[in-house]
Amino acid sequence: MATPVLEVRGLAYSYPDGHQALFGVDLHVHKGERVALLGPNGAGKTTLVLHLNGILAPGAGSVTISGLAVEKRNLTEVRRRVGVVFQDPDDQLFMATVRQDVAFGPANLGIKGEELERRVIEALDKVGMTEFVDRPPHHLSFGQRRRVSVATVLAMEPEILVLDEPSSNLDPASRRELADILRSLDVTVLMVTHDLPYALELCPRSVVLHEGVVAADGPTSDLLTDEALMRANRLELPFGFDPRTVGRLPHPSVPVIPGD
Amino acid sequence: MGAGHGHRLHYHGHSPIHRAPAYLKIVVLVAFMLIVVATPRDWYPVFGGYLLILLVVIAVSRVPFSYLAKRMIIETPFVLFAVLVPFVAEGPTTEVLGMTVSQPGLVAAWGLLAKGTLGVLASLTFAATTEPVAILAGLRRLRMPDLIIQIMGFMIRYLDVVTAEMGRMIIGMRSRGCDPRWPRHWPTLARSLSALFIRSYERGERVHLAMLSRGYTGVLPDPGRLVHEPHPPTGH
Repeated sequence: MATPVLEVRGLAYSYPDGHQALFGVDLHVHKGERVALLGPNGAGKTTLVLHLNGILAPGAGSVTISGLAVEKRNLTEVRRRVGVVFQDPDDQLFMATVRQDVAFGPANLGIKGEELERRVIEALDKVGMTEFVDRPPHHLSFGQRRRVSVATVLAMEPEILVLDEPSSNLDPASRRELADILRSLDVTVLMVTHDLPYALELCPRSVVLHEGVVAADGPTSDLLTDEALMRANRLELPFGFDPRTVGRLPHPSVPVIPGD
Repeated sequence: MGAGHGHRLHYHGHSPIHRAPAYLKIVVLVAFMLIVVATPRDWYPVFGGYLLILLVVIAVSRVPFSYLAKRMIIETPFVLFAVLVPFVAEGPTTEVLGMTVSQPGLVAAWGLLAKGTLGVLASLTFAATTEPVAILAGLRRLRMPDLIIQIMGFMIRYLDVVTAEMGRMIIGMRSRGCDPRWPRHWPTLARSLSALFIRSYERGERVHLAMLSRGYTGVLPDPGRLVHEPHPPTGH
């Protein structure tokens, strides 16, 4: 198989206060995949995410992005390749206008002038927010802010988009709109969530993280219908939701582009 | 930009005052304030002239006077102080409404009140007719150090977030039978304010993480490239 976009090997991490969050995580994501990272609160999901772009440095093990090690000397390139969308848009959007915020990432990469403008407009276009380009972020609705947050990262043209709880706090319509947007993007996605129907809808493959290790890795519909596995990992489906009765599911095969 | 965004000070409009470039308004505001402050306080008619100029500007801007009057409440502490001055100042005394007050104190109070009121009214008019983003762009154009502009930008961005958070905390307190208006509940209020401080501090850390994740290296990108010069004189 080609070099994975994301490869995590034996990743372990303890916080400075001694609390160990990860105990040897192995994970790989290939180009074009949409993978859900599932797990109960406190499973170490966010800790793992913070390793993917080098915010936290592993205690043991390694992370590589398309063959490039996540190390101090590679951080600029790593952060271009890995786009992290944090859970709270108010943390993600800190500039005075949507335009400035979306331009922040690419400008840090040294992009300027027309190219910068093109990236801003293209990224906003992908999430359907171009008409809000000169609005201050705090004047947008929560769902709109979530979409702009995605655009801030898309403007950096990442190789992998990492979304932390993308569906949290969204009303059903915004949730569906975001799903449509994510499906329309031609980018590899790792989606951290405990919204299991959302994972089933968007991600053919899921990885379950529990107590700092990968407890399961396989087709989302298989994992969600494995009751013993679900119970063992504190995962529960919403009342009345049965994955077996859901009609069309995302195609489970992984689109691997040869030579990439 | 439409109205109804919960602006605290800005009053949406299309008047010539609204459309004037922000940097010009800043220069005029500062010049006006310097002149007002430098005017000897016993040139009484001149202050009437200043007030007239301001009222004309307000009339042209079509910001309702009641809108500004409500926000002038911010001046209250200065008014209280000004009222105290004639009672505590020394020097020859005079009778006002049957009370013996210091004459120089009275003049000082008048000066404080007149200059303060003109300043507050002028600033409120400026704030009512200029979007916060435009104010920042104007300051940048006037060569204000970039770091200060960025700090002000963050302040504007997070003011609503933090006040909304505080609002939710106070609702939470009220819902559990603690009304912070009672002095008995002030210790609780103080504790919740410290919690708010810690929450804001933690938010600052999360924002910093989000900035690092998008390649922030300690230098903000040249804002000149990022700033959309808002609202050319033709309006929106």
